[in-house]
Amino acid sequence: MRDCNGGRRRKEEGFCVESWQMEAEKYQMDLGNLMASDPTHHFESVPSSRFVTVILRPGSCSQGVSPGKFRLSEEELTRACLEKGTELVQAIANAVFALPSTDDRDGPIVRLPPPTTTLPREKHLLKPKPPTKWELFAKMKGIKKRKKDKRVFDEQTGTWKRRHGYDRVNDDKDIPIIEAKLSDGNEPGEDPFSKRKAEKKQRVEKQEKNRLQNLKQAAKAGALPSHVQLAATALPITGTHGEAPKKASKEELQNVAGMAATATASGGKFDKKLPGEKPAKHAGKYRKFLPVVEGKGMSSQEKQQTAKILDQLMSKSSHGMLDVNKAVTMFNVKKEKQRRKEKEHETSSAAIKLKPKKKSLKKSSKKKH
Amino acid sequence: MLKLKTPKTHRAKREIEKRAPKFVENGKKTLILHGTKTSGVLNTVLTQIYHLKRDNAVKYTKKNENIRPFESGGETSLEFFSLKTDCSLFVFGSHSKKRPNNLVLGRMFDHHIYDLVEVGVENFRPIESFEYDKKLTPRIGSKPFFAFVGEGFESVEELKHLKEVLLDLFRGEVVENLNLAGIDRVFVCTALSSSTVFLTHCALRLKRSGTAIPRMELVEVGPSMDLVVRRHRLPNDSLKKEAMKTTSGQPKKKIKNVSSDVLQGKMGKIYIPDQKVGGITLSSDVKGLKRERREAKKRKVGIENEAKKRKTAAD
Repeated sequence: MRDCNGGRRRKEEGFCVESWQMEAEKYQMDLGNLMASDPTHHFESVPSSRFVTVILRPGSCSQGVSPGKFRLSEEELTRACLEKGTELVQAIANAVFALPSTDDRDGPIVRLPPPTTTLPREKHLLKPKPPTKWELFAKMKGIKKRKKDKRVFDEQTGTWKRRHGYDRVNDDKDIPIIEAKLSDGNEPGEDPFSKRKAEKKQRVEKQEKNRLQNLKQAAKAGALPSHVQLAATALPITGTHGEAPKKASKEELQNVAGMAATATASGGKFDKKLPGEKPAKHAGKYRKFLPVVEGKGMSSQEKQQTAKILDQLMSKSSHGMLDVNKAVTMFNVKKEKQRRKEKEHETSSAAIKLKPKKKSLKKSSKKKH
Repeated sequence: MLKLKTPKTHRAKREIEKRAPKFVENGKKTLILHGTKTSGVLNTVLTQIYHLKRDNAVKYTKKNENIRPFESGGETSLEFFSLKTDCSLFVFGSHSKKRPNNLVLGRMFDHHIYDLVEVGVENFRPIESFEYDKKLTPRIGSKPFFAFVGEGFESVEELKHLKEVLLDLFRGEVVENLNLAGIDRVFVCTALSSSTVFLTHCALRLKRSGTAIPRMELVEVGPSMDLVVRRHRLPNDSLKKEAMKTTSGQPKKKIKNVSSDVLQGKMGKIYIPDQKVGGITLSSDVKGLKRERREAKKRKVGIENEAKKRKTAAD
């Protein structure tokens, strides 16, 4: 081992205490990570073929390597790497053992310096929370927070009661009798107890709304507390989805099931029903069979039946149902407009052009029996 | 319309707070998985990496065919897994003709991909192929030493990136106090060329030397492999800046019972517990007692003398 100036020589290996200081300077060390790197070492060119087949003598030992192939240069390489590694580790160990240590029952404990190589964080840094509405108000007014005691003296009973929880001070439910005063707020026949309940409910709702608003502000600033999540319950109207998908109600589903059942040939009469399912409202098919012998006073039912079917068919070809009054008024209005136009033309233009009277193409004029 | 979702049990709340972003972070966890096709070698590599990092790694056994870390759409599954298991490092193995024995080492920031390094594994030697004294086996969770040899780690960009990723992968938790009796392992990485790194895991044997500092001896125990850097993706600058941000100083810890006054300066409050007057043991060093003891002794001596006299008389 190398000599050092004035260093103590140990019997075993001549390992100098101060020599490692010189070594440490040429390695880059990061004690916090227990890392050392040697940038100055230059490896000789790695031989292109790492595998060199050598016939082994039978009986020679080989450490975990299959006989027949013996990686010559690889062994040397690993050995060189390990040597270099040993040097580096020794350098780190020297530095670490030199740190002041405290003795614990498991062994000496050393306080490592923080790591010097900066590695990226796992998650983002916390952003400061924006102040809530109350905090802003309190700051403006100069209201300071006061520490509240857990036990408060209750004047009514004359005992010390807790501020929140079971058997608390100023509990709303404790009041047995409320005087019915006829003032502005109270109506004569109103129940004051339920009124108090309603007021409290309102206050709680308002508080919840405010809290939600504060959290939304915090979420906008990116500082939402980790245990809270804001979830959208309904999709906004504007946006890619258009209408929010409605949840089908129980009645709707039942109706749909019924409609689907009637689509079968037997009208859903023989469908297997699940336990608990109500019988279909529109069970079976409707068929009307005309009586074999007709009575005297009625017009032929068969004629009526066929006429009804014809009417429906005809009305289908005409676009829209016939509302006679509306059709007549529309016709009249259109006629009037035409007359007005003609009058204008008469007064404006010199040449009076006689327009051929256009026949109204509306089928509303057609009358049916 | 926004609705508040809060955890309904205390346990759930604690779990969420464990995963929340903090000033001083927890140790990074690793997710080990593989794609549609793997080779035998690659399977062993993945299992042995899992063994090395037993405490803080999660290994998935199913095939994941829609994960392609380098493609723009192929990382959504990875991000989802990272969110569910709270892992910010991942090791993805796959095997194909073009890229045999491929490992993609990647890091996440806020559960989105931060950077990737793709390496090929060659000349892999598993733990079983090394013969060593079983007493030297490094314990799970011990802090490893790192030794990086070679100029490539400073000059070549890909190797610089690989060095950072390997350090992040194997370093474990960042600790302040280290027990010197518990150092057992070291990762030696040698830059063989501008694209190949020889990584090996060794156990440390501390030998007695004359000084207080033991002599280190490396014994190869663990897997050793050649990593050939194929592709890598560095993070974009804004993301890098965001991830490297550290605020100076820690948040001020509240010290109880200390207040400062303008007139009197820093003041502290000391709370003394009640004295249990009935239960205090009287001190033995009371003057009155001494006399009693003396007299008691005298009496005892007197009795003994009498007894002796009687004996001698009897004899």
